[in-house]
Amino acid sequence: MPLTNELRDDILASVPSLRAFAISLSGNGDRADDLVQETLLRALANIDSFQPGSNLPAWLFTILRNLFRSDYRKRRREVEDADGSYAKTLKTQPAQSAHLEFEEFRAALEKLPQDQREALILVGASGFSYEDAAAICGCAVGTIKSRVNRARSKLSALLYVDGAEDFGPDETVRAVIGGSGG
Amino acid sequence: MKDPKSKNATSGKQGGLNAEIQSRIGHQLRAMYDDVVRQGVPDRFADLIRKLDASDANPQMGTAGEKNDGRD
Repeated sequence: MPLTNELRDDILASVPSLRAFAISLSGNGDRADDLVQETLLRALANIDSFQPGSNLPAWLFTILRNLFRSDYRKRRREVEDADGSYAKTLKTQPAQSAHLEFEEFRAALEKLPQDQREALILVGASGFSYEDAAAICGCAVGTIKSRVNRARSKLSALLYVDGAEDFGPDETVRAVIGGSGG
Repeated sequence: MKDPKSKNATSGKQGGLNAEIQSRIGHQLRAMYDDVVRQGVPDRFADLIRKLDASDANPQMGTAGEKNDGRD
């Protein structure tokens, strides 16, 4: 459909959540804004392919995700968010007491595999249905559900089971030591 | 004091995610996301759309409104 004023306003209204999604994906505020800009240009250039009445945010999120996948993921490895640039993009500083917990959560989220992280964000933060999230990611609804569940389990393990990842090797070592000693 | 890492937050095995942990994770996820959403639309994007809109809506006019980059 042609770019009407209404459609333009709707696109603009999607920018805040597009940015939040982009930052969650890339872990980097500046890169995220470039990603959003590229998404808007791509969307406007292909506005004729947008089906009137269909889900505009889902369409825009799909464009953003595909751009990120094709381009930004490679570069991300070079610019890991080691110095907490994500937190710097936030205007409202979390209260000091909550700050540590917030940083901890952000770090845990970064540890999730890309597939799981995007599924969790789309469903748990952006508020998309499983069906919409599946369409955005180009996979089956069941796949999204399983990714979201795995993401939640992993976050839970990272955040609420202290040192869960160390248990395995640790116990193996102990078993070996115990075994050879006895 | 409630420590998120206190051992009573888990039942000892990873499979059994309790409702409290799930709601905590959901809450933190949304808080992080909404912090960015609340920043609204940065000027660069509003400007971008406005410019593109102006040139797109009046393709015959060459230069639209304030935009005049010397092209005819």
